[in-house]
Amino acid sequence: MKKNDRYKPLFLPALKGAGWYFIISMFEVVLGIVALYCASIVTSYTLDWVLLGQDPSIPAPLFAWLKSLGPLGRNYWLCGIAFLLFTVLNGLFTLLRRMHIAKGAEHMAKSMRDRLYRKLNAVPYDYHKHVSTGDLVQRCTSDVDTVRKFVTNQLIEIVRIAVMFVVAASLMFAIRWEMALISMAVMPILTFSSFLYFRYVRKYFTEVDEAEGALSTAVQENLTGVRVVRAFGQQRAEYDKFTALNRDFCKKNVRLVHLLGFYWGSSDAIGYLQIALSLAFGILFYVKTRGSANPFSLGDIYLFLSLTSRLTWPVRQLGRVLADMGKTTVSLDRLNEIMNADNETEPGTARSDVDLNGDIAFSHVSFGYESKNDVLDDISFTAKAGQTVGILGSTGSGKSSMVQLLQRLYPVTGGEITINGTPINDIDHAVLRRNIAIVLQEPFLYSRSIRENIMLTAPDAGEAELFEAAREAAVHDVIERFADGYDTVVGERGVTLSGGQQQRVAIARALMQKAPIMIFDDSMSAVDTETDAKIRDALRRHHGNGILFIISHRITTLMEADLILVLDRGKLVQQGTHAELIKEQGIYRRIAEIQDFPAKGGEEA
Amino acid sequence: MSFDNEAEFDREEKMDAKLWKRLFGYAMRNRALFVRILVSMLIVAIIDALYPILTRFAIDRFVRPDAEPTADGIWLFFAVYAALVIVQGFCTTRFIGRSGEMEMAISYAIRQEAYLKLQTLSFSFYDKTSAGYLMARMVSDVARLSDMIAWSITDFLWCGFYMLFCFGAMFWFNWKLALIVLAVIPPLAVVSLYIQRRILRYQRVARKHNSRITSAFNEGIMGAMTTKTLVREEQNAKEFETVTEDMRKASIKASVLSATFFPLVISLGAVGTSLALIFGGAGVQATLGGTETFLGVITAGTLVSFINYASSLFDPIQQLAGIFADMQSAQASAERVLSLLDTESEVRDTPETEAKYGTSMDPKRENWEPIAGDITFDHVDFYYKESEPLLRDFNLHIRAGETVALVGETGAGKSTIVNLICRFYEPRSGRILIDGTDYRERSQLWLQSSLGYVLQSPHLFSGTILDNIRFGRPDADEESVRHAAQMVHADTFIERQQKGYDTEVGEGGVRLSTGQKQLISFARVILANPQIFVLDEATSSIDTETEQLIQSAITEVLKDRTSIVVAHRLSTIRNADRILVIRNGAIVEEGDHETLLKKGGYYHDLYMHQYEEDAMQEALK
Repeated sequence: MKKNDRYKPLFLPALKGAGWYFIISMFEVVLGIVALYCASIVTSYTLDWVLLGQDPSIPAPLFAWLKSLGPLGRNYWLCGIAFLLFTVLNGLFTLLRRMHIAKGAEHMAKSMRDRLYRKLNAVPYDYHKHVSTGDLVQRCTSDVDTVRKFVTNQLIEIVRIAVMFVVAASLMFAIRWEMALISMAVMPILTFSSFLYFRYVRKYFTEVDEAEGALSTAVQENLTGVRVVRAFGQQRAEYDKFTALNRDFCKKNVRLVHLLGFYWGSSDAIGYLQIALSLAFGILFYVKTRGSANPFSLGDIYLFLSLTSRLTWPVRQLGRVLADMGKTTVSLDRLNEIMNADNETEPGTARSDVDLNGDIAFSHVSFGYESKNDVLDDISFTAKAGQTVGILGSTGSGKSSMVQLLQRLYPVTGGEITINGTPINDIDHAVLRRNIAIVLQEPFLYSRSIRENIMLTAPDAGEAELFEAAREAAVHDVIERFADGYDTVVGERGVTLSGGQQQRVAIARALMQKAPIMIFDDSMSAVDTETDAKIRDALRRHHGNGILFIISHRITTLMEADLILVLDRGKLVQQGTHAELIKEQGIYRRIAEIQDFPAKGGEEA
Repeated sequence: MSFDNEAEFDREEKMDAKLWKRLFGYAMRNRALFVRILVSMLIVAIIDALYPILTRFAIDRFVRPDAEPTADGIWLFFAVYAALVIVQGFCTTRFIGRSGEMEMAISYAIRQEAYLKLQTLSFSFYDKTSAGYLMARMVSDVARLSDMIAWSITDFLWCGFYMLFCFGAMFWFNWKLALIVLAVIPPLAVVSLYIQRRILRYQRVARKHNSRITSAFNEGIMGAMTTKTLVREEQNAKEFETVTEDMRKASIKASVLSATFFPLVISLGAVGTSLALIFGGAGVQATLGGTETFLGVITAGTLVSFINYASSLFDPIQQLAGIFADMQSAQASAERVLSLLDTESEVRDTPETEAKYGTSMDPKRENWEPIAGDITFDHVDFYYKESEPLLRDFNLHIRAGETVALVGETGAGKSTIVNLICRFYEPRSGRILIDGTDYRERSQLWLQSSLGYVLQSPHLFSGTILDNIRFGRPDADEESVRHAAQMVHADTFIERQQKGYDTEVGEGGVRLSTGQKQLISFARVILANPQIFVLDEATSSIDTETEQLIQSAITEVLKDRTSIVVAHRLSTIRNADRILVIRNGAIVEEGDHETLLKKGGYYHDLYMHQYEEDAMQEALK
């Protein structure tokens, strides 16, 4: 990826409106550091002038003014208060800086999250088939957090260390350049070696992460598969597997900690050696310059020591920050991959003034996921208004894809689908989908109350309508039996409904949509036969002039359809009514026989 | 993914000493390690406290404001300083490494113990506890606790030793000045503890919002198709924005509060430093002038060392406050982890059975009686909740080698009977006999090793297809695996996979369809070659033709084994030796297909229902 492309899709747009926070905080960095050093200078001034009566290392005009104050300029209380004042000022600027950075970074993080969420809704559905949920969630949470942390902690830390270094260096050079050089001797070494070091240990961090991931996966699989483990009596094997992974994780972690320990120990030592060096040379200069025109004073020794120790530890961090910057660019790249995906587009004229009450015609429709026509091949049929269309086919025959094409969840790769004469490619996708209610085999319920789930498609509907839809879907009584009734929260944060209950709630939701076209994609598979029949009765009664698609394996369900389509490996091999198809040699009849529907009818028992 | 369960985030509680004693006990299991850490910390802290003394010595010995300065011996001084630095560096390296070892030892021990516990807990526990909850305990809670325990021991040792030596040195040099400077410690400690606790509380709120964001992303992605079909993109995005806005506000609050903390502590600490400057400065000046203040004789070196001590004391105070605040906020995690370790399994082998048949971890297979597969329910009562009894005085005898089908509506009690046969649950009263012996007199593993169980939603483990089929018999050779796959007609689709039997199925088998997963779970059972088969809606996701093929294979396999089949599709159970119609926890009809049809009862109605409309259609013609 080109460098400037790295920030364009997400990072820069997300910074919009946060820029000022960052600029203000830069000023606060500088002011805070100046205040911090002033506090050290006050101490040094106190030691030199107030205590020992020597000339302090402060600008001459300031010293002249302080001298003119007489005893007031040599008052310990005033020195103590000045020291406190500067420390408090430093604290205040630190507080403001961190506050503004937090505001800017949180603003940015929110904006990034919102943009990502919208993006994930805007991509064509096909996108979701090719990515893993866990990975996407990981990116949208952890990677955003990595970028946020970088902006909050690291970016500003780099600036702060740079400013500290420049201010401290100019102070020290102004006092005595030889001492300045000595006092900063190890800093480049420390920065560079810590940078190299953290680059080196990165692979060990990755190893630990991976070992931890393997450990969690093992636990997760054992917990979700607990019935299988028990039923096969494999507890011992599972325990041994876990023990090995647990041991591996610990071993790798300990190795990493030892490596880190070595680093902190040795860099600590280097830092203190720097202080020892500054102290020893400070004393040498003190002794050597006694009585000269510009003596190196006790206050100077103190000042150099305090500046040195204030610089050493942040510099040690700098290497780590720089080494970690790679993580941030990796995160940004991973997020950009999401942002760079193409949005769902309107292939045609996007009309919204269309009447979708009418016949549906598939004419020579072909479809394939990788633009090969391998899922559906040359499908043609017409469903008349008011008809029920039954669809039969084995797993992978393309029946789900076929009904999903109708909603344009995927674009056809050949041929054309028209509703009431209008090609669906020319219908605005929102209009098209609002007019087609689809219930999936494994329906998805949002983590909110049952009431909200059913009313999603008609938020303004009244309770009477809600109950009616639920009754038709044969789920009203079930819901009423829950302690919280319709307010029962389902999904991740609530109760788990059984497969059949989920399907029925989804059917109720679809009924609320009052769409002229309804699709049931094997959506009663987990409902028992009797309830299935009840629901279909209700559907038939209320459906009027709309078109109903029902995908099912059950002949009892299919036989009521006005038109039955039989799909086999992407081809439409049979179409007709039950009476017609049962007479033909073919899949339909074979399936019917298996389900004990003899061709001639009657009961063999 | 965040597994954090923050339900108790508002709880503000007293420290539970017993709880922590038990947890710190995990750290003390390796005494030698603890002693090593203690010695390292002692040395590190002593040297830390020595640095200001060295500075003091340098000023009083070389700078000598009251006399002619000298550089004699400065290099020896430097050498001593450097030697201390190196010793300290070495000890630092050691204590970090060893604290890491301790942390890992704690997490290893707790995780092993918890995992072992999870392998023995009964299904009554799993039915009440979600996998997500347990994951959070096993992964994040344990990581957090072991990290906290190990490093707070280290920090506590350093803080304690360091403060001790600092205080000692200050009192030794000048006890009056020491008292003045140390006056800031109590307010410092109080403020630190107070703010740290508040920070943690705000962070907890922010974390809660964060896990809401994670769920929202999760839901947005999992429900992408539904969102599209319902045209909910815009509303969902708007709702999501309110969640991120809450997160933004909470995070800023937490950040601002923690941003206040450091400056406040530093400023309080600076009061100590300026007190040292004010009183110490005057004291030194008086000493140099040949008089004394109330502090007595005080040298320039002492003054500098006091300034150094005063400006470094806020550090240990702040750390100690941090440890206590951390412990307080981790207490909920600690309770959850320990309560998991303390959970008692409802289904348990008695000590006598364990002695004879071994545990599920160490089975004594040599003592196991072979299983013929004769199952008897003898006056069994059962309920999950006492107020909702499911089986009352239930009696059933399944002969060895018999195929019994259970038919009935959802909730009739079919799964309960299966759960009892598998001993996932035990009867509340009455007995279940296997080959004439109450199964509680044998070990759970004895039964479950002879049990083949195929579920409605098949569960595969990550690994290859081969690994999965071999799950119940890890030592099976490839030939037997292929044979098992052939028997259930899974071989055709397996061989069509790119890597055949070595194809990775992905986590939970995501890369396969439900039907394919069911076929593999069938092959898995057949390979394990159990004496008792339990098929719980096992063929519901397989298309009818494949099911037909499997059916013939199963008939073959089940010939001389006991099997219990639960199914909605009646065509799949027609061949059973005996069909039991279950309603409200009781057998209402019993017999083979023909008999039951003739009887004209519930089974007849159920079965005929599938013909009814067919007959109607035919009649209309």
